[in-house]
Amino acid sequence: MAFETVLFYAFGAVLLAAALRVITARNPVHAALYLVLAFVTAAALWLLLHAEFLALALVLVYVGAVMVLFLFVVMMLDVNLERLREGFRQHLPLALAVGVLMAVEMALVLLHRWQGVAAPPRALAPEDSNTRALGRLLYTQYAYAFELAAVVLLVAIVAAIALTLRRRKDRRLVDPAEQVRARRAERVRLVSLPAEKDR
Amino acid sequence: MTEGLLAWSEARFGPLWGPALYEFAASLAFIVAIVAPLMLAVAYLTLWERKVIGWIQVRIGPNRVGPRGLLQPIADGLKLLFKEVVFPANASKPLYVLAPIVAITAALAAWAVIPFAPDLVLSDIDAGLLYILALTSMGVYGVILAGWASNSKYAFLGAMRSAAQMVSYELAMGFALVVVLMVSGSLNLSAIVAAQNRGTFADMGLNFLSWNWLPLLPMLAVYFIAGVAETNRAPFDVVEGESEIVAGHMVEYSGMAFALFFLAEYANMLLVSALTAILFFGGWAPPLASPLADAVPPIVWFLLKVFVLVSLFLWIRATLPRYRYDQIMRLGWKVFIPLTLVWIVVIGAWMQTPWNIWQ
Repeated sequence: MAFETVLFYAFGAVLLAAALRVITARNPVHAALYLVLAFVTAAALWLLLHAEFLALALVLVYVGAVMVLFLFVVMMLDVNLERLREGFRQHLPLALAVGVLMAVEMALVLLHRWQGVAAPPRALAPEDSNTRALGRLLYTQYAYAFELAAVVLLVAIVAAIALTLRRRKDRRLVDPAEQVRARRAERVRLVSLPAEKDR
Repeated sequence: MTEGLLAWSEARFGPLWGPALYEFAASLAFIVAIVAPLMLAVAYLTLWERKVIGWIQVRIGPNRVGPRGLLQPIADGLKLLFKEVVFPANASKPLYVLAPIVAITAALAAWAVIPFAPDLVLSDIDAGLLYILALTSMGVYGVILAGWASNSKYAFLGAMRSAAQMVSYELAMGFALVVVLMVSGSLNLSAIVAAQNRGTFADMGLNFLSWNWLPLLPMLAVYFIAGVAETNRAPFDVVEGESEIVAGHMVEYSGMAFALFFLAEYANMLLVSALTAILFFGGWAPPLASPLADAVPPIVWFLLKVFVLVSLFLWIRATLPRYRYDQIMRLGWKVFIPLTLVWIVVIGAWMQTPWNIWQ
């Protein structure tokens, strides 16, 4: 067994354990942290395939930004576990149906792949830069899909801001430029008072 | 010698585990060779900071421990080492312990791709810049976890502030780096340094005019200021904000756990300075191509640049008052991000014209 195979199984085990804990952890903050661990381990698996650009992008985007905001929200929420578990039995059939459907979909995709290619994903040659290869593909062959994804994301950004933007009447907004322009003479007036006489 | 060690390792542990073990041991030796001097530099950076701030405030600074106060950081370290690590009531113990470890790990791991001199780099990976961005973005977890696990409102407020601040400034920082990698055509840090030492001025022997700082001056400003904000240093240190939330995420920590946060902060300062030197000031290259400058080893030039830049951090801290929180957010989102986005387009357009200086 090559050393890489050992690493693969080690990372795979950690990834599975972490993913399992994401859905079984009682505390939502712990669950979010296990998700972070799962992302990092997945990135490590991609590194084993020499897909360093993808691996680092995964860490940068999901671990570095998305999960930070996730944690931010989860920590602020006052989650009542008792209340959350109330409807467990009631929603179980629907949840099971959705879960099974998703599992079947994923299985179909994977089975479809297996019919075409028998070999597992091949590691890239270490010497060729996959950053360059990816960039070349994205901006030539997949330029249309890439632009489309960008537009979808832009729409999502605009929508998110438009949904949460509210103008409060009582906010005291100050213009920083105006603050910087303020001079001492406009704010402070030095008054010379005669000294109080001793009585 | 390395071949001999490799052969010995193969003979001793077999063809499968031998090379792997050798690789592991060699990497470990390299890591120690980087981290040990780095920790020493961090220790003496604290002394240098206290000295510089002392001089700026017309004081002498620490001068009691050892000759001219030179043993002060050692004394501080020993003191913290022997102090008890206190666990607050109802703290989430595993996460409370994990937080400083995450902070220091992220701060140290980023050094793996820093080229100190030509070929003097632990791991000369292709996507070095991306690696740095990914690793530094993980540092925020140390702060957030510390804030949450401490079960203290001040620590929690500090963590919330830091999460928002670091995510905001990471964007501006990333965009500034995109401009650098556009003109360098590579994510590899060694290649970025090499790319800066080519061009008209470099041919004339005036290396320092061909470095990135001149054509990308606004990006240098954005990057360095975002770097100050990312390391939670004054004037962007609302995360700690002694006057409002005592010490933010570190308020409940004591002893070595506190010291780890401290080490991480200073290691990050050095990292941002090193990156600024590499990306904008030509890394290890001498400023002038002369026999005298070439006689100085490249690593000395690199360390000199890092020293000057890190001193700038201290100067800024001693000079500027703390930003208000909403002003920090405004600066990040409404000034830096639009500026960098426009500059990407400007540089992109410039590179398509005949006056492109980055061939």
